[in-house]
Amino acid sequence: MTSVSTARRRLALSRFWAEFRHHRGGVIGLVVLVAAVLLALVAPLFISENVTSVIEGVGEKWAPPSLSEPFGTDESGRSILLMVWWGSRTSLLIGFLAALLSIVIGLVVGVAAGHFRGWPGAALMRVTDWFLVLPSLVTALVLAAVLGGSTFTIIMAIGITTWPATARLIRAQTLAVEARPYIERSKALGAGHWHITTRHVLPNVAPLLLASTTLEVASAIVTESTLAFLGASSNKTSWGTMLRASYDFGAANEGAWWYILIPGLAILVVVMAFTLVGRALEAVLNPRLRRAA
Amino acid sequence: MTTPLEAAEPAAAQAAGPGEERPTGRGVLRYALSKLGGALFGIAMVLVGTFFVFRLLPGDPVRNMAQGRNMTPDQLDAERRRLGLDKPLIDQFIDFVGDTLRLDLGMSYEYKRPVIDLIGERLGPTLLLAGTGLVIAVSLGIWQGTRAGWRHGSRFDRFSTGASLLLWSVPTFWLGLLLMMVFGVGIGPIPGILPFRGIESVDAPDGFAYVLDVASHMVLPCLTLVAVVYAQYLLVMRSSLIEEVSQDYVTVARAKGLRDDEVRRRHAVPNALLPTVTLVFMRVGFVVGGAVTVETIYTWPGLGQLFYAAISVPDFTLMQGTFLLITVAVIVMNTLADVVYHILDPRVRSA
Repeated sequence: MTSVSTARRRLALSRFWAEFRHHRGGVIGLVVLVAAVLLALVAPLFISENVTSVIEGVGEKWAPPSLSEPFGTDESGRSILLMVWWGSRTSLLIGFLAALLSIVIGLVVGVAAGHFRGWPGAALMRVTDWFLVLPSLVTALVLAAVLGGSTFTIIMAIGITTWPATARLIRAQTLAVEARPYIERSKALGAGHWHITTRHVLPNVAPLLLASTTLEVASAIVTESTLAFLGASSNKTSWGTMLRASYDFGAANEGAWWYILIPGLAILVVVMAFTLVGRALEAVLNPRLRRAA
Repeated sequence: MTTPLEAAEPAAAQAAGPGEERPTGRGVLRYALSKLGGALFGIAMVLVGTFFVFRLLPGDPVRNMAQGRNMTPDQLDAERRRLGLDKPLIDQFIDFVGDTLRLDLGMSYEYKRPVIDLIGERLGPTLLLAGTGLVIAVSLGIWQGTRAGWRHGSRFDRFSTGASLLLWSVPTFWLGLLLMMVFGVGIGPIPGILPFRGIESVDAPDGFAYVLDVASHMVLPCLTLVAVVYAQYLLVMRSSLIEEVSQDYVTVARAKGLRDDEVRRRHAVPNALLPTVTLVFMRVGFVVGGAVTVETIYTWPGLGQLFYAAISVPDFTLMQGTFLLITVAVIVMNTLADVVYHILDPRVRSA
């Protein structure tokens, strides 16, 4: 039994990969992503948090890119290259965890709203719609300001303000799945709420979830940097806080274009990579889009 | 029960229903009333949420607001009494709701002035900037989206879609910083050509020259705002036009012998416009977020900058006031969009 299902899963996986490979953008994005994550993970092997310390900045201030400092230095003589490298850890960590939180809330609310018809589902959708309407950036700023700046609160602020879109998507998919006859069969055999949602609904919404998680990480990284720029940061070096510092110390007036350009490009490249992968996943996994194509 | 919620869905997914009877005015009215109820419920939830979030503040609010200034216990007590913090929570909540309904949003700690006055001062510049930005973004998005969608798959289409995906990925504030550096400050020997701080020059002239002065200050903030928000209008216009093109009535219009241009202008575009126009109102919260960022970068004296100032001090009374105003405005806009859409598009009503 297990070998059959393993074989089936392996087949599905290889079929998925064969299709994903056709989306050139998705493959490029995936390569960039894997590289970025690996670099962030191995960073402590080569450098330490000291690269972000003002005291350790030994180079010349506002030095333009050169052979020894490929991306120049900032207002305290710290290397932009090393700071971007180290900062990727915070940016990616917050991006991933905030997206995860947002997806988990969205999944639970979405499945519950789709599964429990009648007033519980309607009430959940009311709450979802309310959250959907709230201006998310402004709300996240307020939450981050009220809760105080730490990595945890930033993750909470982003997660709490971004889940409703996922919840709507998941609810629609849940409704579609539960309309199928095999759910009725399962109910007739005595399946409870837990069995139906975890054994039948969840596996069917999981592929969609994968695509939307990827897109969610991209937007979480942008939100994190925007929050950091607007002053709600976790007090650790991230791409957003670097850009904030470049603004505070007047990098534009100093003509230090590298200080503004490089961290922003880092955000752009990673976000684009996530978006490309997410869109490719969507195209492969979403049957509605596939039929349309 | 879920019908009104479903109707709020963007319309691209709504299929044209079979020929329905002409809707009566009463149906629309009832729909509008139910939406109004929803909006009031939403605003009530904002009030409750705001009240509790701002009382979640870690530590003593009075000490927080005093920001480390030395105060005697007597002074602290007096301050507490003045703010009503010695009352039970439920009384505080009732006071809060009453004050808010009377538009008494409290005194700002930073500016030592009533929050509502500060908001009133800042409203004009924000409406000017966001309004101009929105008009440009919507017109540009619809125009480009129409061209891209009509020639689906053309080079223009691929270029537009690619460009909007790129703009979508760019953080607003970074784009603002780049534009400021390139056009405001200038790079190396090339001097900046546009002002990038505030709404007017220090020695602003009077009369028509003043208008020009403000307009020149508006170029960069506006450009940033437009670049970030117009992509979504483009993409929605494009996809809804593509959907319309495959409809029967377009084929009929073509079969009648109408010119391509006329089919597009008279038949396809008006129908495809609906979802896009609704989106303008639906995504107003997104524009607000963009406005906060843009106003911060260019120190534009608007609501967004006021909110940012409240965050960075932090001045919780001011933050609470601006947050309330922004959220309520967004909820009102969304409700309006729902109702207007309902009136404009009979297909939603039959759904």
